[in-house]
Amino acid sequence: MTFVLYLINGVSLGSIYAIIALGYTMVYGIAKMLNFAHGDVIMVGAYVCFFAMSSFRLPPIIVVPLAAGVCAALGALIEAFAYRPLRQAGSLAVLITAIGVSYLLQNTALLLWKSNPRVFTSIVGTDVIKISGLPITYVTIITILTCVAIMAGLTIFTGKTKMGKAMRACAEDKNAASLMGINVNVTISLTFAIGSSLAAIAGALLCSAYPTLSPATGSMPGIKAFTAAVFGGIGSIPGAMLGGVLLGIIEIFAKAYISTQLSDAIVFAVLIIVLLVKPAGLLGKHAHEKV
Amino acid sequence: MPVILKAENINVYYGAIHAVKDVSFHVNEGEIVTLIGANGAGKSTILKTVSGLLGSRGGSISFLGENISSVPPHKIVESGLAQVPEGRAVFLQMTVEENLEMGGFTRPKSGGRTRLERVFTRFPRLKERRCQLAGTLSGGEQQMLAIGRALMSEPRLLMMDEPSMGLAPILVEQIFEIINDLNRSGSTILLVEQNAQMALSIADRGYVLENGEIIKSAPADKLLEDDDVKKAYLGG
Ligand SMILES: Nc1ncnc2c1ncn2[C@@H]1O[C@H](COP(=O)(O)OP(=O)(O)O)[C@@H](O)[C@H]1O
Ligand SMILES: [Mg+2]
Repeated sequence: MTFVLYLINGVSLGSIYAIIALGYTMVYGIAKMLNFAHGDVIMVGAYVCFFAMSSFRLPPIIVVPLAAGVCAALGALIEAFAYRPLRQAGSLAVLITAIGVSYLLQNTALLLWKSNPRVFTSIVGTDVIKISGLPITYVTIITILTCVAIMAGLTIFTGKTKMGKAMRACAEDKNAASLMGINVNVTISLTFAIGSSLAAIAGALLCSAYPTLSPATGSMPGIKAFTAAVFGGIGSIPGAMLGGVLLGIIEIFAKAYISTQLSDAIVFAVLIIVLLVKPAGLLGKHAHEKV
Repeated sequence: MPVILKAENINVYYGAIHAVKDVSFHVNEGEIVTLIGANGAGKSTILKTVSGLLGSRGGSISFLGENISSVPPHKIVESGLAQVPEGRAVFLQMTVEENLEMGGFTRPKSGGRTRLERVFTRFPRLKERRCQLAGTLSGGEQQMLAIGRALMSEPRLLMMDEPSMGLAPILVEQIFEIINDLNRSGSTILLVEQNAQMALSIADRGYVLENGEIIKSAPADKLLEDDDVKKAYLGG
């Protein structure tokens, strides 16, 4: 029975990774860059939730959308000021800038909110329910359900809506997309905004499950989710989902059955093995051009 | 016939490379105008500049009487200028129907069905494959898709960049027939080609481009007879 419990907890942790990984993968898909500041947006989102709940006593139903909105704006702002001027620049310049933005966010957070960890109040309470004898927290259930809802929402958005299709068109060929009348800048901003609002949601869920919040909170989950995105096939939305969930499961199983200290090493070892066998990731594909 | 597109003294640079030098040309409503020239002459650069993807240093481009020199590409499409880009550039990972939908991006949703059916009537092949990914189409089908996609915006002027490139001779004929047919049904066309023979045979007027400069402009039948043009572009 504990196996099932570990599995459920793994899926739940993996759901958080998946939600974060979606941001990495969507941004990579359209801007062809790794937004290393993405992990720190999680932290900003969590702080917005924290202060909205502790200082303003707002209910979670308002707090999470508020954090998502703030982070959406932050993501679009980062894109406009830090990345857009570098659109024609080499990938190394963009990478260094992204790392710079990451430090900027972390250090601004240190300055504003200090380094002492805050105790985050769960947005869904700390209740535990028993499902066929297994103690499962509300947070676990809500996290998994949120992840499913986000996946369904994104699938509909990219598959059925005009804006979502425009996003896919831009991801494939920006010049051709603008020749269709698509505003490429607006589409890229929108992608950053969506990815960053997902990071905020992930931040709220993460801190509800692991209730310490500090300016470094986003780093490790950010790196793990980035790993998950690569694992699943960077640029692929289902890939990010699959990669995230698998990563969470592997991490929890490694912690439970092998070693808590080694769990991260095991996670990354699995990643390396997968990439050796499938360099494009589990669901990644290389587009072939037809002549 | 009123002038629909007028480019005056456009100069385009890639860094230090002066790719298009003081080029002026115009297209009248209802015409097929062709821009011929060897590989690297600057043909694609000119079309990209008209579409707003590249900027001209000085000079001006006006379309339907409006100066579009500094209008962003997505706005230019909205004003009625569509381009079939070089190498087709269809969205390989989107279905045929989605590609066409993207072509009509700037148009109101209400007429979408009608526009789609109109393209399908012209290209029944695309209708058969509407749910297939564009990446699974043959080269000729992709070219039809690229043309159909451009038509979805119901353009006043259609610019085509080497639509015959890389196609088997039989398909090349077919593509030129389509272009001719589009023109007869009222489309104004600016056609860029390396296949000068074919292009001049359907065009009203032509411009000859060499190293970024226009060295000749004349009615197409005159260019077909021109000794220099014959020697350089028509294989004797
Ligand atoms: N992106 C680019 N960067 C640098 N030079 C370019 C670029 N695109 C085209 N050129 C150069 O500009 C000139 C004109 O190219 P192009 O317009 O593509 O010619 P064409 O379409 O007639 O074959 C060529 O010398 C080409 O090498
Ligand atoms: Mg060309």
